[in-house]
Amino acid sequence: MAIDIGGTFTDTVLVQGTSRILATNKTATTPNQPALGALEGARRVLAMVGREWRQITGMIHGTTLATNALIERRGARVASITTAGFRDILEIAYERRYSQYAINLVKPDLLVPRTRALTIGGRMDVQGQERTPLDESAVDGLAADIQRLGCDAVAICLMHAYANPAHELRLRELLRERMPGLVISLSHEVSPEAREFDRLCTTIANAYIQPLMATYLADFASGFAAEGLECPILMMTAGGGMTTVQTAAELPVRLVESGPAGGAILAARIAREVGETEVLSFDMGGTTAKLCLIDDYRPQTARKFEISRAERFIKGSGMPVRIPVIEMIEIGAGGGSIASVDRLNRLAVGPHSSGADPGPAGFGKGGSKPTVTDADIAQGLIDPTRFAEGRLQIDKNASETALAHHVGQGLSLQADQAAFAISEIVDENMASAGRMHAVESGKDLQARLMIAFGGNGPLHATRVARRCQAERILIPRDPGVGSAVGFLFAPVSFEIIRSRYATLDALELDQMNAFFHQLRDEAERVVRAGAPDGPLDARRVAFMRYHGQGHEIEVELPDRNLTTPDLSDLRHDFEAEYRRQFNRTVPGMTIEIMNWGLTVSAPVMAPPKYVKKEEGRYIEPSETTDILCDVTGDWCKAGVFERAALTDGDLVKGPALIIEPQTTTLVSADYDARIDSTGNIWLTKLAEART
Amino acid sequence: MTTPQTRLQVMWNRLLAVVEEQGQALVRAAFSPIVRECGDISAGIFDFDGRMIAQAVTGTPGHINTMAEAVKTLRGHFPVQDMLPGDIYMTNDPWIASGHLNDFLLMMPVFFDGQVVGFTSCTSHLIDLGGLGMGPEGADIYDEGLLIPPCKLVDRGEINTLLLDIVKANSREPIANEGDIYALIACCEAGASRLSQMMAEFGLLDLAELSEYIIETSRKGTIDAISELPQGTWRHVLTVDGYGSEIELRAALTIEKDQVLLDFAGTADCTNKGINVPLNYAAAYSVFALRCVIGSDIPNNAGSLEPFRVIGPKGCILNAQPPAPVAMRHTLGQMTPDLVYGCLSQALPDLVPAEGASCMYDLPLRHVPEAVERGEAPFALELVFNGGTGARPTLDGLSATAFPSGVWGSQIETTEAAAPVLFRRRELRPDSGGAGQYRGGLGQRIEVSAASDRDFMVFLSVERIRNAAKGRFGGQDGAAGRVRIGHDGPDLPGKGELRVGAGQTLVFETPGGGGYGPPAERCPEALAQDVEAGLVSAEGVECDYGDGK
Repeated sequence: MAIDIGGTFTDTVLVQGTSRILATNKTATTPNQPALGALEGARRVLAMVGREWRQITGMIHGTTLATNALIERRGARVASITTAGFRDILEIAYERRYSQYAINLVKPDLLVPRTRALTIGGRMDVQGQERTPLDESAVDGLAADIQRLGCDAVAICLMHAYANPAHELRLRELLRERMPGLVISLSHEVSPEAREFDRLCTTIANAYIQPLMATYLADFASGFAAEGLECPILMMTAGGGMTTVQTAAELPVRLVESGPAGGAILAARIAREVGETEVLSFDMGGTTAKLCLIDDYRPQTARKFEISRAERFIKGSGMPVRIPVIEMIEIGAGGGSIASVDRLNRLAVGPHSSGADPGPAGFGKGGSKPTVTDADIAQGLIDPTRFAEGRLQIDKNASETALAHHVGQGLSLQADQAAFAISEIVDENMASAGRMHAVESGKDLQARLMIAFGGNGPLHATRVARRCQAERILIPRDPGVGSAVGFLFAPVSFEIIRSRYATLDALELDQMNAFFHQLRDEAERVVRAGAPDGPLDARRVAFMRYHGQGHEIEVELPDRNLTTPDLSDLRHDFEAEYRRQFNRTVPGMTIEIMNWGLTVSAPVMAPPKYVKKEEGRYIEPSETTDILCDVTGDWCKAGVFERAALTDGDLVKGPALIIEPQTTTLVSADYDARIDSTGNIWLTKLAEART
Repeated sequence: MTTPQTRLQVMWNRLLAVVEEQGQALVRAAFSPIVRECGDISAGIFDFDGRMIAQAVTGTPGHINTMAEAVKTLRGHFPVQDMLPGDIYMTNDPWIASGHLNDFLLMMPVFFDGQVVGFTSCTSHLIDLGGLGMGPEGADIYDEGLLIPPCKLVDRGEINTLLLDIVKANSREPIANEGDIYALIACCEAGASRLSQMMAEFGLLDLAELSEYIIETSRKGTIDAISELPQGTWRHVLTVDGYGSEIELRAALTIEKDQVLLDFAGTADCTNKGINVPLNYAAAYSVFALRCVIGSDIPNNAGSLEPFRVIGPKGCILNAQPPAPVAMRHTLGQMTPDLVYGCLSQALPDLVPAEGASCMYDLPLRHVPEAVERGEAPFALELVFNGGTGARPTLDGLSATAFPSGVWGSQIETTEAAAPVLFRRRELRPDSGGAGQYRGGLGQRIEVSAASDRDFMVFLSVERIRNAAKGRFGGQDGAAGRVRIGHDGPDLPGKGELRVGAGQTLVFETPGGGGYGPPAERCPEALAQDVEAGLVSAEGVECDYGDGK
């Protein structure tokens, strides 16, 4: 069973074997006690198929609770302790404004104000040598300050602690003696990478949510145990792996943004199943769209992301969190994104969203502003009678009125033209963000298979794909609960990235091997708690760059002790990847390595054998509807199909709509749809429409 | 047939995305730390006539309209009919490109269906172009290094190897320079290929209609914003430290119903040190400052820039003429926003912030000259620190934050990994933010010494040591910058070379921003918070905020 607690809905999925989905369910999230909604969802799926608690052999949980606690500022009162002389790491940050022209900008709230920023004497240098011993005589004073400030958690981040953690460990010990109940996060445990600002932020974020998450996880586990669940619960992490409840309670920052990671895992799983090595996952929901690049069945990962941005979609306006994550680009473009016209008569869509309440104008819940969903309704792409299994009656007139009033008037457009224009803008925004992300990653979107899911992904997939030059799209089964399904395919794993400066020419192999042994021991201990038996896989990487450059290139290392001949392979691999990204190498330039990573994971079950077939037969629709064609901009007839009624080998000619309970797939006029043996929909651009 | 407006807008959005992609490609491949850390680059797309239609929003405003003008100039040098696919032109002439020799500007014609339809261009800062290196000591441009007049760098895809060899032979960093030049070429090519891809996708044969739409919409939007401003002429004088003796910068700002004119008449003449500023660069920072307040939501292009005109008498320090030395033109260039705001705040008192630290506090650290002979590893660090920004009319200033430049500050841990230095302190300077109803941002105090038993060199070119950031409308001045060796050492001037002995500590304090409005009007809770946080000391309250408030 997999449970994904989102901001609005809690998704529950029950699966048998490797991929047979028995039941899925969406219930409203219960924000005050999220475990209650989760229990309700679990009971329902069990009842749907007549199974019992004790039959569940695995339980995977992902939650936005950690993310929301940060966004909604519901965490602990945290004090920070940094090295004397460096009280203002947080205030000074990178000394920059995130928006060039905004003179009135306000910097993000980084959770610990200067009044709670404490320091202690003692200094390690970059080699991890002690320059000044820890000032143990100051600890009594620190404890008194923490008490006086009313703090229940402390984030300790001392200079160069990733190179030598002795002072952090000793300080924790001394504080624990004086304040046994105090929650303490140490920077070298949370994020052992160089760059004091990023590491301090990550440590603070961890300390901030630790008390809340520890309580929540204990409640969740005991609630399910009381119902009769016998198997252990594993938690989904942002890095796309699973970890134990114990580890999650110690490093809760790793749970932040774990929900969307499930979607990328699902896409990676499907990519492996169907044998596609270059994929773009496209997850479009009600508020945002998320894109992820997936190569060789592995979602692209990053070592850093941002939380609590002052401007949600502006890079650099938030608090950096430096942990291993599945890298996703998030755009303020969802079904609820609001369209408006600015003073230059430019049409803008999002990032503001009407949310679940009041929602799009067409939902008739009091919303009056036109949204992307209203535009889709006005273009005939959403069947008013069958939306959300008919539980929500759509008011097409309300959508058209909102479109005509807020967009059409300013631009002298009819409601349907306004709707078309909104689609063009929002689809272009998503495609642009995707292209930009690909460029930043040194990759290309062309020739990629797009795997689309989420409530609005299948509806917008062709329109976005066309603008990214992607010619093939796959819509998996149950696209509406994609993230939760993805959880089921995540491995038990743990990744550590640690800074250790070296140049390739002067790499001390014995020391490096000892360093990796230590990383391996640490990671394996965590993984064994969740996967006690069986073999484990390990993946080692080095983040390499030419001296003087800022952009690091990830190079995979063999999973064994390095020997001298490996060095030339390393250089070769680095240069090959560099050449791929920048068309040339820089002979004679020193190659340096600042960070090293190791992931230990338990293998996941292989997907069932997939048979790829090309033949099929066109089937005729039993009904048609009028839609505004996204290719020509003219009204036309489109076939309407129930997804559940389509079977292996069925071919559908665009324009058509394929409807299922949680979403609709738009087959544009320049696309064909084909159903495969596992129920996926493949959308393929017609040869004559290709450019 | 005319294209629907939303379609044109989608294409405009796409162009903006293309230039951002172009800019990102350059930043990622660059070697120069100032490019990597500070995004000191520019990337743009131009129409057939050389009018800029899109520009990447990058780290520093120094390229904002220098590039727009440079491409026009460069295009004028070479007949379009002689251009072939794969050609790329370049120059680093400070008076054409971006104000000093380190900035290389490339321009590439974009071909579609066999015809030139437009141009892509990019600029990036190269580490070293020979001469005396980046510093204010050159007596003229010839001392400052290699100047390359407008020329063809790439001929039908083949790089001019002689030119590349000349650049390498004249540099202390030949490998990095070569890498940066290739990064620039790749950036131009990436922009060109994306642009023609986009034209194919949207079925365009040329850029004429799109370019007209972008430029007209932007020009009209900017003029609308200008027409809402009070009309008239306002003057201001800003005194800056200079190198050796103080300098007066003067400006007259005239707002008319459809344009804004800035005139530097009366500004002091050039000096014999490399802090002189070519007009294109002074204009870039001045127009940036104006655009922060006037029509800031309109993207940069020929249309939005057209209503702003900047002039100055030839030979004044903000319109330096060849062969004046200009290597450190940013030192004063970054002060021009305070000069412009001195005028503008008279017209728009509620929209313009107080003066800030403004000039970035570069801290270039080097090995001592004899280190190489002694067989020690040489090192060179380009550290950037910032002071406080001026208080805003409704908000406090930002502490230790870059403005007007968009540079990123350094991290201590990565800095100590890159060179043998040890930082003892980096903290905000209490009481350095100018008191006021809204307080200026605080400066910071940095203490650094050698990590080993070796001396090291410092090359200073900073401002606001003698002339602190002024407050506005009763707000007090921010603290001036201060540099010394050892806590009790004498105060040192802001420009020149220093040698810091082993065991000594360089104390480097950046300026605070000016306050806005009388301190007596400061909200008592805000003042109490400042005191509790230690941003304002008890003495500071006594002395700056008066009678126990």
